Amino acid sequence: MGEIDTKINFLGIEIDNPIIPASGTYGFGYEFAELYDINMLGTFSFKGTTAEPRFGNPTPRIAECPSGMINCIGLQNPGIEKVISEELPKLAKVFHKPVMANISGFSLEEYVSNCEKIDKVDMVGWIELNVSCPNVHGGGLAFGTDPDNVKNVVKAVKKVIHKPLIVKLSPNVTDIVAIAKAAEEGGADGISLINSLMGLRIDLKTGEPILGIKTGGLSGPAVFPVALRCV
Amino acid sequence: MKRSLFEIEKNIPLTKDVFEMVLNGDTSGITNAGQFVNILLDGYYLRRPISVCDYDEGSLTLIYKVVGKGTKAMSEMPVGTNLDLLVGLGNGYDLSRAGDHPLLIGGGVGVPPLYNLAKKLVKEGKKVSVILGFNKKEEVFAEDSFKKLGCDVTVTTVDGSYGTKGFVTSALPSSYSYFYTCGPEPMLKAVYNATTTEGEFSFERRMGCGFGACMGCSCKTITGYKRICKEGPVLRKEEILWEK
Ligand SMILES: Cc1cc2nc3c(=O)[nH]c(=O)nc-3n(C[C@H](O)[C@H](O)[C@H](O)COP(=O)(O)OP(=O)(O)OC[C@H]3O[C@@H](n4cnc5c(N)ncnc54)[C@H](O)[C@@H]3O)c2cc1C
Ligand SMILES: Cc1cc2nc3c(=O)[nH]c(=O)nc-3n(C[C@H](O)[C@H](O)[C@H](O)COP(=O)(O)O)c2cc1C
Ligand code: FES
Repeated sequence: MGEIDTKINFLGIEIDNPIIPASGTYGFGYEFAELYDINMLGTFSFKGTTAEPRFGNPTPRIAECPSGMINCIGLQNPGIEKVISEELPKLAKVFHKPVMANISGFSLEEYVSNCEKIDKVDMVGWIELNVSCPNVHGGGLAFGTDPDNVKNVVKAVKKVIHKPLIVKLSPNVTDIVAIAKAAEEGGADGISLINSLMGLRIDLKTGEPILGIKTGGLSGPAVFPVALRCV
Repeated sequence: MKRSLFEIEKNIPLTKDVFEMVLNGDTSGITNAGQFVNILLDGYYLRRPISVCDYDEGSLTLIYKVVGKGTKAMSEMPVGTNLDLLVGLGNGYDLSRAGDHPLLIGGGVGVPPLYNLAKKLVKEGKKVSVILGFNKKEEVFAEDSFKKLGCDVTVTTVDGSYGTKGFVTSALPSSYSYFYTCGPEPMLKAVYNATTTEGEFSFERRMGCGFGACMGCSCKTITGYKRICKEGPVLRKEEILWEK
């Protein structure tokens, strides 16, 4: 049997294969390097990054479901400065390919300034704008549910960056097509589908929600058909 | 951290709902007492974290309580079953701080990780005292194992049906150099308040990955944010911040 050529051109950058672990499931990558050579990936999207360091939500932040899990991490990250000065140098020791930067924010200005900073980092190949985090108030999803907001933030970000911009959308909307069109009109180079679906799990022993902020985002094989349909 | 397949050599009940499982495989990823493994179970999305009770070059022992579907499934696995494990997770206990008379305090299924610790401390020539806390006589396990190591063992039961009546804190000796503890959080808090020396606590959190990638298990400490699976599960007394 001959070898299959898995290379693809991904928004102007050739990658070895289209396997790209999603943001938040893969940390800053180096944690996985203890288990296998992470250079076998096409690339991956690193943990959602904000301007300020964030602790995130109270625990429990993880609850298992049949065929998946719900999480309410709440964008825990060390803040963009430390991501650039500490996390990415650690990653560079074990990963020798362009990485995708997942950028979050709580205002248009924050998205713009975060993207401007990360755009200057050599090892970043693509910027993924996370306008769809279901686990923070005032940011993330609040942006991603309104087409005008999405268009404006994409437009503003595109003005200050040189790298390809991917907009990550939420399935927690009535009409995802309208949001995707808005991202396109704003100048997005691509969209990524999907962020997690809002969900809730109850602890049968206490009758209370398991998660620290009650709700979270469902991911895993359970949501794959939903994602495919969105694509 | 290493990922590999282990084969069940033994899987027997110690009490009504606590089981001992011996697994054969590559344990070279384990570097310290108090670390844990994360077990992939057929049909479950998330791995199950369980402390390593004891280990040698080719095998490891787990002691687990059946509390839900995953541990129930484990308890029904026949000898010879293969399990996919991540081993050598977490920091484990710092043996260098033990002093000459360390005290080990375990409650329920918080007892297991203290066993390998005790073994190592005894080997180093320390005088090791152990307090094992349970609710009632029927729940007691591991007492003899610690005695065989040469530890000075006190068992407490809440209802007084065996050993000293009361909580582990009612059996604290008058002097010890340092302490190591693992058990349910209310017990850890009580130990925190009742102990007079420095010491270390092993915590539990619901986990996603178990090796620092998902931020599912974070907690705040005096020395910053820590992931229970990575910078924990063992935290030092002086860095703990109790959540309400
Ligand atoms: C570092 C660490 C070490 C542990 N060591 C031991 C041990 O040596 N012996 C032992 O009996 N138990 C131990 N536990 C607890 C053990 O992980 C849980 O009892 C087990 O995961 C329950 O699984 P289940 O499917 O039976 O329960 P379910 O309630 O059906 O599980 C549902 C989900 O919740 C998680 N979960 C439920 N209870 C806990 C808990 N207390 N801590 C973390 N996750 C939980 C499960 O992993 C699973 O993802 C440890 C936990 C941690 C974090
Ligand atoms: C623990 C966890 C953390 C996540 N954090 C982020 C994040 O920081 N930014 C983001 O855009 N998506 C985040 N996500 C969403 C995932 O990137 C992905 O969109 C979602 O999990 C659905 O895909 P899956 O079912 O293949 O996992 C997170 C998901 C999980 C499970
Ligand atoms: S469980 Fe994923 S970071 Fe600790």
